[in-house]
Amino acid sequence: MFTATLVLTVLGLTLGGALAFAAKVFATGEENPLVQEIEALMPGSQCGQCGFPGCKPAAEAIVEGSVDLTCCPPGGRALAEKIAEILGVDVDSIGEVAAPMVASIEETLCTGCTRCFKACPTDAIVGANKQIHAVIDEACTGCGKCVEACPEDCIHLDVESLDLNNWHWPKPMVA
Amino acid sequence: MIMFNLSRIRGGVHPRAHKATTAERDILQSLPLPSRFTLPLFQQAGANAFPIVKVGEKVAKGQSIAVSGAGLSANLHAPTSGTIVAIEAAVAPHPSGLPSQAIILEPDGDDRWLEPARVDDPFARDPESLSDEVEKSGIVGLGGAIFPSAIKLRQGRRFEIKTLIINGGECEPYLTTDDRLMRERAEAIVEGARLIQHIIGCYEVIIGIEDNKPQAIIAMKVAAAPYGKIRVQAVPAMYPMGSAKQMIQAVTGKEVPSGGRSNDLGILVHNVATAYAIQQALRLGRPLLSRVITVAGGCVNSPRNVEALFGTPVQHLLDHCGGLSQTPSRLIMGGPMMGQQLPSTQVPVMKGTSGILALNRKEVNEQTPSACIRCSRCVDACPMGLMPLEMAKFSRVDDFDNASHYGLSDCILCGSCSYVCPSHIPLVNYFEYAKGELKQRKLSEKKLAYTQALTAARNTRMEKEAEEKRAAKAAKKKRTTRSASKSGTLANKEEADQ
Amino acid sequence: MSSILTTEARRASPHTHDNTSVSRIMLHVCLALVPATGFGFYSFGWPAFLLWATTCLTAVVTEAVCLLLQGKSPSQVRDTSALLTGWLLAMTLPPWAPWWIGAGGAAFAIAVGKQLYGGVGHNIFNPAMLARVALLVSFPVHMTTWILPVGLDTPDFLSSMQLVFMQTPMAEVMSSTDGITGATILGELKTVQTAGTVESFSASQFSLSDAFFGHTPGSLAETSELLVLAGGLWLLSLRIISWHIPVAMLGSLAIMSFVFHHGDSAHYANTLIHLTSGGIMLGAFFIATDYVTSPSSKTGQLLFGAGCGLIVFAIRSWGGFPEGVGFAVLFMNALTPLLDRYCRPRVYGRDLRGKPVNAKAKPGRVK
Repeated sequence: MFTATLVLTVLGLTLGGALAFAAKVFATGEENPLVQEIEALMPGSQCGQCGFPGCKPAAEAIVEGSVDLTCCPPGGRALAEKIAEILGVDVDSIGEVAAPMVASIEETLCTGCTRCFKACPTDAIVGANKQIHAVIDEACTGCGKCVEACPEDCIHLDVESLDLNNWHWPKPMVA
Repeated sequence: MIMFNLSRIRGGVHPRAHKATTAERDILQSLPLPSRFTLPLFQQAGANAFPIVKVGEKVAKGQSIAVSGAGLSANLHAPTSGTIVAIEAAVAPHPSGLPSQAIILEPDGDDRWLEPARVDDPFARDPESLSDEVEKSGIVGLGGAIFPSAIKLRQGRRFEIKTLIINGGECEPYLTTDDRLMRERAEAIVEGARLIQHIIGCYEVIIGIEDNKPQAIIAMKVAAAPYGKIRVQAVPAMYPMGSAKQMIQAVTGKEVPSGGRSNDLGILVHNVATAYAIQQALRLGRPLLSRVITVAGGCVNSPRNVEALFGTPVQHLLDHCGGLSQTPSRLIMGGPMMGQQLPSTQVPVMKGTSGILALNRKEVNEQTPSACIRCSRCVDACPMGLMPLEMAKFSRVDDFDNASHYGLSDCILCGSCSYVCPSHIPLVNYFEYAKGELKQRKLSEKKLAYTQALTAARNTRMEKEAEEKRAAKAAKKKRTTRSASKSGTLANKEEADQ
Repeated sequence: MSSILTTEARRASPHTHDNTSVSRIMLHVCLALVPATGFGFYSFGWPAFLLWATTCLTAVVTEAVCLLLQGKSPSQVRDTSALLTGWLLAMTLPPWAPWWIGAGGAAFAIAVGKQLYGGVGHNIFNPAMLARVALLVSFPVHMTTWILPVGLDTPDFLSSMQLVFMQTPMAEVMSSTDGITGATILGELKTVQTAGTVESFSASQFSLSDAFFGHTPGSLAETSELLVLAGGLWLLSLRIISWHIPVAMLGSLAIMSFVFHHGDSAHYANTLIHLTSGGIMLGAFFIATDYVTSPSSKTGQLLFGAGCGLIVFAIRSWGGFPEGVGFAVLFMNALTPLLDRYCRPRVYGRDLRGKPVNAKAKPGRVK
């Protein structure tokens, strides 16, 4: 009886100690590695379209499962699928992903105040003081920071327009 | 191993040819000018051409009106003399029906040529300058790929090309443009082939013609007879023999490596119509302004081949081929296997337009798709050795990884599988969709990486700016303290020392 | 000038279509079965016809009901795939089996074997064979009562109705029941195999011409290997089926039986007995070639056919059942998805492993 109790106690203490030791020595920092991995995939522009103050809190929320993995509009479907792969979620279960938006500047209203391009996290707006600004579509993530910054209300977000280069056949609607 | 026999072309289909009527009538050449030309800027593979004319400007026939930029593109010329009335978005000859930028030209009726430059004997000229000439003339592959020819020629000069194949395997049903061109203008085509040979310095020229065009074969043999190292080779008639990959296989027994180009085999392929266009440009100094187009189909009263200027409305061609006998089921640009439906008859013909077909219900034979019964006829029909039924099954549920596993990236969209499918499943539509989605995903991934880099760059710049600001502030402070210390209080001195 | 003038909606290419349809294919297969079925009626009389009609009708009705229950249009039965399933099942039943064998089997084939999997094109197992095997293990006596080919008019129509639908015992409807039932060739073979007297059996009792032309007891319409073969060859000539599965299946059975017969002729029947008996012809040309449940690639089809032949030989030689076509096909059906995944055709421009070809033969750049 006594031997058994002793053996079990020693065993428990040793293994517990080993676990504690391993947790200390092999710790990966306080961050969840999944969060880091997902954050690296995200746009990093801290645009806040997801409703979080930046990409890292969004990545944490995705890993926790408190938010849908389609929450990042600039990342689009491609990002959602990658995240699904990392998290081991069925790719088919991803619903509709919001179409990416692009900002455009109403040229007649723009006063060239430069506030929008100072606000742009991806330097997608070009222009100079007192000159009309323009958006480079290729660099615009549709974050909307410029819309907030514009004092003239002359910037609006649109779904990227279809043209002959990005149009493709839709899925056939058959059995 | 039988399965590894490379020279045997696998798959393919034999659709009804419907070529007899148009193949026996000569090319209609004197088409009256339409009242308006619409010249879209996307007539070539790659980027749109840049317009170099202004609205209101008068242009002469053959004058350059749009030029290619740095990337893949091609020049565009005025098909007749007249006035540029607009540069605007017009409905494009494209299945999407979306508008695209086009130059609108109103002809003055004079059909006045631009003063031609003196043309030297092209065989005496330097090959490099000849490919420049081809580029200036705005020539693109007229077989359907509309790839800028000059770029192909330059690649041909960079690689060691042994064989030039002139593709006369017009395998699409209804179309007889290449057939008629070979019958009527064989000498010019052969000269064009010799010019390409001169430019790329290849060893031999093989003109591959499907064996259902015996008269074209004879005409080309006669024209090629005086020249050594040019021979005409009959290849079996089947669809898609006109595809460059299948033509190479039929003529040489070699296969273009997946993801590679024919250059990798030392082979260059040009269509007969392209060879003709190159001859016209180099021998006569004429840019590419027109092409032969087959106007046919069960709803066309008088089907015929027509030499049409680019920008001519489709309606104009139909009117001069006897008009339509009934409302067509489908109106198609190109052949029935790979052509695209037109949004209207007001759209113009372009460099890539090989045919205008007005098909009736019987010819189209559309039926409601039913479930796949896995009969594997599509597998037998696929000239690329793919499994269309599996590709469609996975494309349908957006599983593009598995669709690619069964060959999505090797698919040439020839339509043989859809053609034979007893369940009438729109297989090509699934593949177009899957390929489009994959492309879009790749683009959005690229954009994401780009914007990530931009954000990172901006962040470092901001930090640096902030750092500089801090440094400047500190320096300023230092300067102030130093000047203060000059005034000589001990306390200040101590503070500066810290 | 009007600008929009087409009657059909926008579609992707191609804009023309071969004159094929599912119902056309199914009807052709049914037509190919007509000679053998007709011979079955001729050999086994009215009961065979009544059983066949019941089975086919039940199959079609079950299909329609299943489609209705799923909220699909019952007009889909017009693709005649259900008729074909019922027909094939009927051909493999004992010719004088009671009506509920045919009806129950057909209902099982369609409802469980096909519609539960999602309808046409989605089933893993050949529905007709699934039903036949289910019947065989559930009702072994009814499924192994074989009738001698007695001719068209024994018994007459009314007695046949009683026999099939009311299950009146044979003795009550017929004046004499002597020599009505008998064993199939494969059934007898099973007995003589265990006794080790295959050699004397094939020399004395087995008649090649009777087996080939169909003057033997057996399933409703499998007995005449000649007529089944003729139908199969007709389908081959129409390119509705390809030669790969039948040739591989018959070939592997022939090779196996040849090798074993020459090794031990007392226990193993010769190739001719194997190729002219039981359901091998029907199996090779009509059952194993079922599109839905066989592989799509030619290599896969060859392996599939060869596997079927091997299993048929194994069951006939060493198994508990005299005949094994149904089991063999079902077993290979289960392997079909695997064969489809790993036996893909070689892609143009790629080698057999899927890597792009001849990268080494690349000619160098000149400049």
